[in-house]
Amino acid sequence: MSDHSDDRAQKPPLIEARGVTRTLPEGVTLVRDISLAIGPGEFVAITGPSGSGKSSLLYLLGLLDRPTSGEVLLEGQDTARLPAKEMAALRLARLGFVFQFHFLLPEFSALDNVLIPIRRLGRLSDKAGRERAMALLDTLGLADAARKLPEQLSGGMRQRAAIARALANDPALLLADEPTGNLDTKNAAAVFDTFAQMVARDGRSVIVVTHDPGLAARATRQVHLVDGRILYDEATRR
Amino acid sequence: MNLILELARGMLRRRRRQTIVSVSGVALGVAFFIAIAALMRGFQTYFVNQIIDVAPHITIKDETRLPPAQAAEIMVTDGAVQVHGVKPRDRIRGIRAAGDKLAILEAMDGVAAAPVLQGQALLRYGSRDVSAVITGIDPARHVRVSNIEKDMTAGRLEDLRSTANGIVIGEGLAFKLGVKMGDTISAVSPSGVALSMKVVGLFRTGIQQVDQSNGFALLKVNQVLQDRPNVVNQILLRLADVTRAEPLARQIEARFGERTESWEEQNQNILTVFVIQNAIMYSVTGAILLVAAFGIYNIISTVVFEKTRDIAILKSLGFTEGDIQRLFLVQGIIAGLLGAIAGCLLGALMVEALAQIRFNVNTPAGNDRFILARDWRVYVAASIFAVLAAGIAAVIPARRASRLDPVQVVRGAA
Repeated sequence: MSDHSDDRAQKPPLIEARGVTRTLPEGVTLVRDISLAIGPGEFVAITGPSGSGKSSLLYLLGLLDRPTSGEVLLEGQDTARLPAKEMAALRLARLGFVFQFHFLLPEFSALDNVLIPIRRLGRLSDKAGRERAMALLDTLGLADAARKLPEQLSGGMRQRAAIARALANDPALLLADEPTGNLDTKNAAAVFDTFAQMVARDGRSVIVVTHDPGLAARATRQVHLVDGRILYDEATRR
Repeated sequence: MNLILELARGMLRRRRRQTIVSVSGVALGVAFFIAIAALMRGFQTYFVNQIIDVAPHITIKDETRLPPAQAAEIMVTDGAVQVHGVKPRDRIRGIRAAGDKLAILEAMDGVAAAPVLQGQALLRYGSRDVSAVITGIDPARHVRVSNIEKDMTAGRLEDLRSTANGIVIGEGLAFKLGVKMGDTISAVSPSGVALSMKVVGLFRTGIQQVDQSNGFALLKVNQVLQDRPNVVNQILLRLADVTRAEPLARQIEARFGERTESWEEQNQNILTVFVIQNAIMYSVTGAILLVAAFGIYNIISTVVFEKTRDIAILKSLGFTEGDIQRLFLVQGIIAGLLGAIAGCLLGALMVEALAQIRFNVNTPAGNDRFILARDWRVYVAASIFAVLAAGIAAVIPARRASRLDPVQVVRGAA
């Protein structure tokens, strides 16, 4: 398990699942009675065979989906009874998502895509927002591609632009669902480098769903699922 | 909101061709509405103005609206009375105390009044007889209630004063009789009086019925001709504000008792036709806009269908259902607005094109073209209707978009 210092242990974990079960209306259970706490600065890989409920757990932790039973707490706040609007507000301000597919809006440049969540949140002035977006693209090596449309970018660049967008509002937690699924080894390693950097340098928490054990090994903690249950949850051995 | 607007614009721009088609649909609807409204309202306004110009706004007649109550009815107010064999009293027709009533009417604000005696007469010139309605007027007062002075093509109403037994007749009547200015005709009234009258003026109102069978003489002269000394059988009123005619007519009738008709009452049949005409116009153009609204519904539905991924990512980024709904609603409204703007331009062009058309007919009034109403309010009404229709058309797909579950979309894409 991750080692918290004492004063951190006083504070609630960043995200916590308590006995979370998610069953589809058709009766299929995706996730069974999962309890899990993730603190600030953790780099967690969720692994497991396909159909084991990795992505479902990620969507639950990311407040995209609601558990059928159990509760999900973000920074100690129970989200079960939050209205959809407030869930959306939490996602906007505190969480960042990266999916297997980049999901950049095709009509807008990389820069404008990164600006969408910044402008929706509306905390920064136009100028400051633009500077922040440019800085994010720059750290991800996309400074020259900022004005390009997604279709003019390579697969790796698109995914990096999507990561920049996920980081737009400086989220405490970044959730990534098979972010390297469509990338070659080199680009995949680069994405994981970025994640590792975000954790080490910015103190962000990152949760990545991956089925690649090599990449999962770069996380600080691995949660392995089988049939919707946690098989093991341990710190990565170096 | 700015952001929503930009996202909406980007999405519409992607589907340029479809957008152009649905925008054109709205534009056509708006343009037709404007052009047809200009035609119909132009015609109707012209027609109403003609009516208002030619006829007095209010006519007080020497009769009561209901037959006078019989003595027996007055005596037995709560019984059913049937009276047989009543011989009508042979009362002298005419408006009683016309002078006093005129004074009262003239004292009202924005009212001009003129007394007339109208009666039939047979006009004879050589071997031709034409029956005509002769109106005895006081020229100085009559010009204030009638536009006949404007329609004079020869001579003036004032000339009636300076000529003994002068008469002003319509051009059509003159043509039928075969008389020119200065000719002397003989007039015979139903009461048997015959006068020699000199034609001192001709007029043309453009309304054939009037031009072919009407003449004007001095009130005194007509009283002699009709053998009804000192009798006035109509008081004509003209108002500064035409819309006051109907209520004022009711007021006068209640006060004086004589049947009093406003121009609206006298032309009720035509005005009813206008109401029906307008209903037809609005339903036809409304149908065009309705079809256009379906076009908008179609394009927004397509965009929603194609944009499921974008909707999912926007929701995962923290956009609320309201945001998503607004995003697509705005697209419908943008399409409606573009259509309205294009439609207004196209409509204005159509109106100007209609204005260029000339008919090869020679009506007395000289109307060889469409009479068009160029009213900015028509443009505003058409635009508001178009934007509203577009907005409503976009509501259904927008709601569908807002309810999209991002998890399902993301799962499907992975």
